[in-house]
Amino acid sequence: MAEIALETHGLTMRFGGVVAADRVDFRLQARELRCLIGPNGAGKSTFFKCITGLQSPSEGEVWMRGIETTGWMPHQVASLGVGIKTQTPNVLDSLSVHENVWLAARRFHGAREADRKTREVIDLLDLGAIAKDGLGRLAHGERQRVELGLVAAGDPWLILLDEPAAGLGAEDVERLTGIIRELNRQATLVIVEHDMQFIRSIAETVTVFHQGKVLMEGHVDRVMSDPVVRNVYLGRKA
Amino acid sequence: MDLYVVVLVEVLYGVASLILISAGLSIVFGMIKVINLAHGEFMMIGGYATITAVNLGMNVFVAMLVIAPAVVGLVGLVVERLVIRHLYGRLVDTMLATWGLSLFFIGLATMIFGNTTTGISTPIPGFAIGDYQVNGYNFFIIVVAALLLVAMLSVLKGTRAGLVARGTMQGPDMAAALGYSPDRIYMATFFCGSALSGLAGAILAPLVGLVPTSGGAYIAKAFITVIAGGPSLVAGLLSSASLFGVVHQAFTFATSPVIGEVALLVAAVVLLRILPQGVTGTFFKGKT
Amino acid sequence: MPGGLTRDAVTIALVTGVLIWVLPLIVGTYTLTVLAIYGMLGLSLGLIWGFGGILCFGQAAFFGLGAYAYAIFAINIGESTVPMILAVLVPAVFAALLGAMMFYGRLGDVYLGVITLVVTLILYKVVNSTAGPQYVIGNARLGGFNGIPGFPTLNVPGTPDAYIWGDRYFHVCAVLLGLVYMLVTALLRSSFGRIAVGIRENETRMSLMGYDVRARKTAMFAIGAGIAGLAGGLFANWAEIVTPSLFSLGQSAEIIIWCIVGGLGTRLGPVLGAAGLAYLKFLLGQQAVIDNALVTGLVLVLFVLFLPKGVVPALSDLWSAGIGRIRPGRIGRRRQPRRRGWPNG
Repeated sequence: MAEIALETHGLTMRFGGVVAADRVDFRLQARELRCLIGPNGAGKSTFFKCITGLQSPSEGEVWMRGIETTGWMPHQVASLGVGIKTQTPNVLDSLSVHENVWLAARRFHGAREADRKTREVIDLLDLGAIAKDGLGRLAHGERQRVELGLVAAGDPWLILLDEPAAGLGAEDVERLTGIIRELNRQATLVIVEHDMQFIRSIAETVTVFHQGKVLMEGHVDRVMSDPVVRNVYLGRKA
Repeated sequence: MDLYVVVLVEVLYGVASLILISAGLSIVFGMIKVINLAHGEFMMIGGYATITAVNLGMNVFVAMLVIAPAVVGLVGLVVERLVIRHLYGRLVDTMLATWGLSLFFIGLATMIFGNTTTGISTPIPGFAIGDYQVNGYNFFIIVVAALLLVAMLSVLKGTRAGLVARGTMQGPDMAAALGYSPDRIYMATFFCGSALSGLAGAILAPLVGLVPTSGGAYIAKAFITVIAGGPSLVAGLLSSASLFGVVHQAFTFATSPVIGEVALLVAAVVLLRILPQGVTGTFFKGKT
Repeated sequence: MPGGLTRDAVTIALVTGVLIWVLPLIVGTYTLTVLAIYGMLGLSLGLIWGFGGILCFGQAAFFGLGAYAYAIFAINIGESTVPMILAVLVPAVFAALLGAMMFYGRLGDVYLGVITLVVTLILYKVVNSTAGPQYVIGNARLGGFNGIPGFPTLNVPGTPDAYIWGDRYFHVCAVLLGLVYMLVTALLRSSFGRIAVGIRENETRMSLMGYDVRARKTAMFAIGAGIAGLAGGLFANWAEIVTPSLFSLGQSAEIIIWCIVGGLGTRLGPVLGAAGLAYLKFLLGQQAVIDNALVTGLVLVLFVLFLPKGVVPALSDLWSAGIGRIRPGRIGRRRQPRRRGWPNG
């Protein structure tokens, strides 16, 4: 049996009277790539934040590679070897691309090894031409790509991405698809995403969230043709 | 029994003076998210305005309740137009600029009035409760603070201006949506806040010997009362002033005035550490 | 990298040497001594604010703690070496505790400002109220608002009778400033410094990379306090008395003004800002027409409004524009730190 990379038991998150995530049981094999989908407010982002430590769940447990990480801080989760990209771009604006990636690499490597790793990541993500530019001056697509570089620089075995394709043009999305495939050779991935076309191009298995619960889990084609899922997405009529 | 009454009066006085000290700052911070570190100097100017007016032969209550707020309101207006206006939305920069203004006003007051203590006598005589002598002026301060809170609440809840004010607290877009220029509202708010600072400085002036650096004694207290109160204007002011006022007076009675001040400040640090959202941000969400 | 650091160290040593030789020809060494001390104090806040992104309204607290620690231990011990070390350690430990309380509580910028300001005020009030014979630490009377006079001043380590004063004391202070400057340079070139700048830029991102932001900010805060404490100890020796006014808000404001005027995010800016403004204040102090506070206040307002990044970055921008090429900036150098929209603010 393959190793379990990520697992939650009864994960629940309440904000006042609102239950944003409701007893979510989730399980992911190592090297799997899973997309989380669902309409706005379905709870997938809350679920994501509870896993990454950005929020602490009200109830339930989170396990990563057999270690319980419930209620950990983001830096503790990241230190396990988990790469995280949040929904809003989080980069170091007044530093250069090289500095950004170097700082990410330095967390897991000595200074000299971090230099080498930085060059490697910059090559991998094709950032060489802009390596010396400050992040504040880059276009949105480039910033997204740099942030993926920050994730990749830590050699993570588990990667959590919140809407990586948001706001990207067709060309950038294509590039992103390639990068994600590349990352998936080493790591398990969880991707929260809206863009169905993009999801079809990268994922086989998707998990559908609805009203804080897991509505369905299965192959992307089967899920998308399911009448219940179509109902959730398109409203009551379909 | 008499002792309890005296203690109660003292505690109420402690709370009331904190409300007075903080009201101007809290309006400015609550509405337009500006922390005016020159607030203490605004109060100092209010004090000097009162004393100058009284020395020129004016009735002391007119000087305190009319002249001082008007003078300081105008000073605030000038400051807003020249400095604050350019820094909206930059909290740290406004703090730094107003800290500069605070030094500027201290210097100006030193040049005009000299570095000596001036003062006026309290216009209300004291009286006795049983064996204890009570300062009659303390009652005046309690009444003014209570009236001030009632006035703030009724303006906010009951008038068109209050509606606009509450809209502005949600964000400048809201004010614009209500059909008012945010620029004008900001200006008006800063004027009102400054006038209240001037009023507070004037009313407290008879109790302290006034020097150009008097403002420094107020700013920290006002600052922590407002921040600890949290986003809700009147409830925040009342709750944090009550808390700090009680702590202050309790420790002052038990030990010494200095320890009382220190206890107040320590309480503020502890409170902010426990409730970073302030009292009202934690307990009464979404009220004004 | 190590080559660059050696070059920096040589440059700093040379510049310090030349200044120690040239400046006394223009200004008296007694004044220069306090300018060097203020330079060090400015650098302490410049480090934690400009590079660490920590807005501290109470840097004077650490300065005062250093001065008082020196005075109290010097009276009790009777020589200056151990007290000088304690002048660094006491504020650093105090800052580590205070910083841990603030940063582990994830307090935002404004709250940091409030708490550091209030703590300074508490120290001021407490020390101010210690007039009377009952307030003693060992043999040292705290003396309330009168302060502590008459403690042993700096001596050659190991030889308590060989006092260092006058020109030689100026040399000691100037060399120490040079050494602290080198230390700060090395720190900023190290991984620790580069990570600190990363935290200044975006705390969330750095914690998602796996860095413990709380611990690192606490460490940075303590280092800055240690440097301020050293400046305080040196100041105590220069003034030969310590008084509560060292803890005053006015003192804190001045340190902030030095940094703003000189330029945040540079090492040189706060040092020059401190020395320049302190000298201006010294000159103003010799006339009675314009009040000192008025000028300092006006300077702060005008800089926030018209030159918020400070003199040194503005000049270096002009310089690079004049040369017509922009070198790829090293981390944190010639880059304006963001003073608005702070992370966690």
